[in-house]
Amino acid sequence: MAEPFTVFRSRVLPLPAENVDTDQIVPARYLKVTDKAGLADALFRDWRYDEDGSLKEPRFVLDQPGMTGRRILLVGDNFGAGSSREHAAWALASWGVRAILSTSYADIFRSNSLKNGVLPIVVDPTTHARLFELLARDPDAELTVDLSEQGVLLPDGTTIDFDIDPFAKRMILAGTDELGYLLAKDAEISAWEAAHPPRINALTPAGQPTAG
Amino acid sequence: MSKPRTIVDKIWTDHVVSQDPGAPAVLAIDLHLVHEVTSPQAFSGLRARGIGVRRPTQTVATADHSIPTTDRSLPFLDQMAAAQVRQLEVNCAEFGIPLHGIGDPSQGIVHVIGPQLGLTQPGMTIVCGDSHTSTHGAFGALAFGIGTSEVEMVLATQTLLQRDPKTYEVRVDGRLTPGVSAKDVILALIARIGVGGGTGHVFEYTGEAIRGLTMEQRMTICNMSIEGGARAGLIAPDDTTFEYLHGRAHAPHGASWDAAVEGWRRLPTDAGATYDKSITIDADALEPMVTYGTNPGMGIPISGRVPSPRDQADPGQRRALEHALEYMDLRPGQPILGQKVDVVFVGSCTNGRISDLRLAASVLKDRHIADGVRLMVVPGSDEVKREAEREGLDQVFKAAGADWREAGCSMCIAMNGDQLRPGQYAVSTSNRNFEGRQGKGGRTFLASPLTAAASALAGVVADPRRLPGIETLAAVGGR
Repeated sequence: MAEPFTVFRSRVLPLPAENVDTDQIVPARYLKVTDKAGLADALFRDWRYDEDGSLKEPRFVLDQPGMTGRRILLVGDNFGAGSSREHAAWALASWGVRAILSTSYADIFRSNSLKNGVLPIVVDPTTHARLFELLARDPDAELTVDLSEQGVLLPDGTTIDFDIDPFAKRMILAGTDELGYLLAKDAEISAWEAAHPPRINALTPAGQPTAG
Repeated sequence: MSKPRTIVDKIWTDHVVSQDPGAPAVLAIDLHLVHEVTSPQAFSGLRARGIGVRRPTQTVATADHSIPTTDRSLPFLDQMAAAQVRQLEVNCAEFGIPLHGIGDPSQGIVHVIGPQLGLTQPGMTIVCGDSHTSTHGAFGALAFGIGTSEVEMVLATQTLLQRDPKTYEVRVDGRLTPGVSAKDVILALIARIGVGGGTGHVFEYTGEAIRGLTMEQRMTICNMSIEGGARAGLIAPDDTTFEYLHGRAHAPHGASWDAAVEGWRRLPTDAGATYDKSITIDADALEPMVTYGTNPGMGIPISGRVPSPRDQADPGQRRALEHALEYMDLRPGQPILGQKVDVVFVGSCTNGRISDLRLAASVLKDRHIADGVRLMVVPGSDEVKREAEREGLDQVFKAAGADWREAGCSMCIAMNGDQLRPGQYAVSTSNRNFEGRQGKGGRTFLASPLTAAASALAGVVADPRRLPGIETLAAVGGR
């Protein structure tokens, strides 16, 4: 599980693209791994590298000078569309991204990010445009993300408030995971199971041959 | 009198184990499908915690994503894929999970084998570490894709933490005309609402046109719910559903069948229930659809022209369209019909079932694909392959010049070596036209099996409605 989430300050990676799908975040050929490590190199792979493995020119935002170490990704609407691959969240976390700013996220991606300590912050379209303008004026502008206060502090001293599922907030702040919470529900789950016989037994067919 | 409820509300309520104030519900899962790509880290997590799989009898695994679709007696060329499949075998053996792996007669794409085996049933909650789990919604199940952390949670507890979803009625009125199929309905929906249109919602497909569809056509529609942003999409069960299920290996039988059907008949949305959102589509007005861009929402009727970025009011959308047309190397305003095609792919969890293969074969029978075109036909499961061979469809495909392969995800996700070369154009019956999805630099036009087969014959994007005898062709398919 990720480390507990603390207030942090960082410069921003601007990526003004909409509907960025998880095939772009991590192409499918990198999904053959059986662990979570080492996916930082696969992050946005085909937007970063040419066929021969050299960096594309002009360079993708991650590979431009001064971008290493930035913790906040500012990106267009509906980020993380498509596949359920959690590798997308692992790759972002592995590269160092801790928070994303967008107007919206695909459902499965949002859920995956929250489980990996990558905070998917939703801002309204006006604020979103204002952030891109800020970055255009000052590419090295620093933002402070404060999850407890649910705010993003801008260099001019103003704060963008954001909403987050209170349960997810509690989990991320504590650095604990949902599985621990569910395992503690064992008695309730057992009671439910006792009252609801399983609808299938995958090990034993119901007794008839498979129809065509 | 109790408040009218949607089918989603009913399934949801039936499965809530408990809910703490301010927390998501603990939702019981009836069926957990597992494959090689999104599960290894979940099993590692179980080992690290020293816990087992809570309900192996409600868990079913197969290998589909990274496996070769060439001769199965040969060793894998890709050592990473081989190791991943081996890891699945080890995990299933260690945790007691039934595995329909390579060589098992029930092997196939996870969303093809669930329904085929009768595991997918109305009123169930079904999850899998795969976004196209929405396919199973065709049976009136609440079925959705999950990430690997959630795979681990379901393995460990047979539950998930979920907020109750909003509902979105997609009503399809009227009747489809010959040459227009389920794939065209879903592509038309996504073109209208966009790839984020259903975010946060579950689609319920209703209306006369949906009622008239076979189960396999309904699966095609529900499959691509995720491409419209909805994690799940479902269709209330009816006699078509029960007829498909009856007699399948894991379907209830005898007295339990009758009791099950009685329960399933109570699932459909009550009259007067309300949805959070709704949209109506007129089936009679639909044409075959084809995508021109780099997400499934970038689709047009096949007689249409590629849109121009200049006509996009929103700067973000203009930029996205410019980028997509550059990647696809298409000109604004050009007709999509007649666009050159290098590869045609018939298969996937969207359109790799027996009825899809029958449709493609009906177009290809006694004809030959155009020079320079490669046609790959990949059955969705080993059972689909055997059935196609019983019916002689494999001979039709081979005689037409197609490559007839073993079951798997193949060029839909292009993890296994089945892929486009940079710059190639494909008409594909799969579900995603993202950049590089079918191979780095490859360009995808999503379409129906009829459109794909017609395009393979023509060597360009072609309208299946111009095929001779389309009225009878379109009736091919079955349940």
